[in-house]
Amino acid sequence: MNFKQKYVFLFPGLFVLIGILIFPIIFVIRLSLSGWNSYNGLNFIGLENYIRLFTDDPRFWESFFRLSFLSVTTVILQYVIGFALAHMVWKDIKFQRFFRVLFLIPMMTTPVIMTVIWRTFFHESLGPVNDILSNFGMSPKWLTDPVLAKFTVIIVEVWQWTPFMFLLLLAGLLSLPKEPFLAAAIDGASPVRKFLYVTFPLMAPISIGAIIIRLIEASKIMDTVYVLTSGGPGTSTETSSFYIFIKGLREFQMGYAASMSFTYLIIMIVSLTVIAKVLTKLMLKD
Amino acid sequence: MKTIKTFVTAIVSAMLILSPVAYADKWGDQFPHIKATGDIPGDCSYEEMSKKNYKGKTLKINTHAVPVIGQPTALHAEQFAKLTGAKVDVTHTPAGDLYAKAMVPFKAGQAPYDIVFGFSNFINDWRQYLAPVPKKYMNSTEMKDVTKSHVGVSSWDGTMYQYPVDGDRHYLKYRKDVLDNPEYQKKYKADTGKELRVPRTWKEYGEMAKYFNGWDWDGDGEKEYGSAEVMKKDDLMFAAFFSRSVAYAKNPRTPGGFFFDLETMKPNINNPGFVEALGDWVEATKYVPPGGINFGLGDEIGSFGGGQTLFSFSWDDAFIAAMQDDSPIKNKVGTAPLPGADKVWNRVSGKWENQYNQAPYIVWGWAVGVAKKSKVQEMAFDYLCFFSNGANHQADLAIGNFGVNPFKNSDFDPQLYIKTMGWDADIANSYTKTLKDMEKSKNRVFPLRVRGVFEFTSAVATGTSKALAGQLSPQEALDEVAKEWEAIVNRVGKKNVQEDYAVGVKMEDNKL
Repeated sequence: MNFKQKYVFLFPGLFVLIGILIFPIIFVIRLSLSGWNSYNGLNFIGLENYIRLFTDDPRFWESFFRLSFLSVTTVILQYVIGFALAHMVWKDIKFQRFFRVLFLIPMMTTPVIMTVIWRTFFHESLGPVNDILSNFGMSPKWLTDPVLAKFTVIIVEVWQWTPFMFLLLLAGLLSLPKEPFLAAAIDGASPVRKFLYVTFPLMAPISIGAIIIRLIEASKIMDTVYVLTSGGPGTSTETSSFYIFIKGLREFQMGYAASMSFTYLIIMIVSLTVIAKVLTKLMLKD
Repeated sequence: MKTIKTFVTAIVSAMLILSPVAYADKWGDQFPHIKATGDIPGDCSYEEMSKKNYKGKTLKINTHAVPVIGQPTALHAEQFAKLTGAKVDVTHTPAGDLYAKAMVPFKAGQAPYDIVFGFSNFINDWRQYLAPVPKKYMNSTEMKDVTKSHVGVSSWDGTMYQYPVDGDRHYLKYRKDVLDNPEYQKKYKADTGKELRVPRTWKEYGEMAKYFNGWDWDGDGEKEYGSAEVMKKDDLMFAAFFSRSVAYAKNPRTPGGFFFDLETMKPNINNPGFVEALGDWVEATKYVPPGGINFGLGDEIGSFGGGQTLFSFSWDDAFIAAMQDDSPIKNKVGTAPLPGADKVWNRVSGKWENQYNQAPYIVWGWAVGVAKKSKVQEMAFDYLCFFSNGANHQADLAIGNFGVNPFKNSDFDPQLYIKTMGWDADIANSYTKTLKDMEKSKNRVFPLRVRGVFEFTSAVATGTSKALAGQLSPQEALDEVAKEWEAIVNRVGKKNVQEDYAVGVKMEDNKL
């Protein structure tokens, strides 16, 4: 029997894959080898953009390290808080359903709109946060102090995306087998020991998946920074994606922005693969 | 016979005098936006537009987000559609994306929009994709009223590519009720030994702003502050920096370039004049409201317009907002030219000249062009001409957040503001005088309009914001900007930038 026809059925999927993934990547690579900007076309300039990026653009690397700090910090916080919340509503507590829905609400809101609301909250002269804090003699510079502005971005990111972590971890908790917990109960394990030696190890594969997914997402932090601080004060909250956006769509240095995007993609693929391996080794050592 | 003749003459004269009124009422009733003035006769008036028939045709416009310029675009689109039968599709885009939204299809040889709104400093990058304004419109009554400066801003080497719909310059706005208050004048003199008056220099501005910072000086139970300024990175902050720089760095005795030395194309941006201005600006972070270094234009308008600060400087919008009927400080604000300086840098001799200097900054403003590839060019130009006809323009001027500012000679008549907007006579007089004086000045600075202008202004925003945030000293920050400017000049090509910049320098040196 000839099964060659089966390949015909692959075409729609393949076509979509080429259209939305392979072609854009090839185009970005080609673009990155050009000087396309407001005054030049798609002229071929070889590796000039890459040489500029690696030898003469410390701002890109600063924004990358800033991004690493922001994404790792937010994901750790999201994991800890998300796990705690999931653990709380996993057990039989009053209003369990209400809490499960409540904890998901931030994720259902539009990030840009919520960031505008957060910006209003943290507005240093008109916002309610400082209005309340001023009663205690405090008026933190949420958006204008280079250090505190980073933490403001972290607060907003954690608020917005902890529910995603919560959702994945709760699903994981609900799917855990009951036997190990029964065995631990029979052995008289305390709640802490039960968590450390039963729940946490059993949750490790799901935790790794959740952390990696969130790291991928967090490494694209853009809308929060754009709305909240525009990368400021100075460049203190500028992340890689925001910097690429400035170069590409504000300054219209499309060729150079493409070279940064491609470099960033490679770095992310390598670093996330390494992180996944390290996490697997650490969390699944037994 | 003589009596009959006199009678007939009187009747005809009365009809002639009264006809515009009757004519005005007809359109004013249908379109409430122009109720105060009615239609104003002209080539693109409501009456003239109603004679056009664009039924079955569609006009596509990309404009700014609502309200600034986006709202008048949509409003006039609706009126235009009603008058001509055309279908007008309006797309609203955030300010930061206006450039790319037009530029990407331009580069790809497409014209998804017939009309594209942007800023006047886009002109050099966009002009090859825009249709020059046809003679018919250049000779229209509306266009003949446009000031020379704004014809220059909308044109490139004598050819107009952007249709004038807005006129922009930066000037000083201050709380008149404070500076004119004899008690405060006395108190200020006693405490500082200096006169409380409209600041002549940026140093005076800083001293007064500091003095009036952080206490309730208008008795409303809330703290007020010294100054509201656009300091947020990438949010037009480079224009605010240039406003502060012109006094120290635009020397009328050294023609040949404010931003660069036209001959060598060496950036002037890190010379002592600019550094002094940035030093003042860093100092200003101490007298802006809390969070002031994150203020964009909207925040500045809200802050000064809402009565929160003593001073502000930038476009007209904050002043117009303060003078609107619903403003708590209506008729309590004044305008004056941008402060000057007691010294000015001479880039030729490399020395400070210890004499008073002031320079107006004719900053870029909203601009709009018609795509060369548009298939409905005539309709597009008709729309733009209608947008800025006498009646629409006067009505738009009165609304602070519309973003439409004076650019016609007739806008400098104080009666316009006294009669239709209810301003006090002395405020209207000082406002129109401030604007008129800027037009007359021979020491003006025009916006940078060279290829890849965004790369240059973005570098300024990044460098100055680092100084404001304390990441770098003013000199270090501007050295970094100068280095970046040199790299951009090399990328674009020294000759190309030089050629473009020469057009602006001609205007600044009063040779165009």
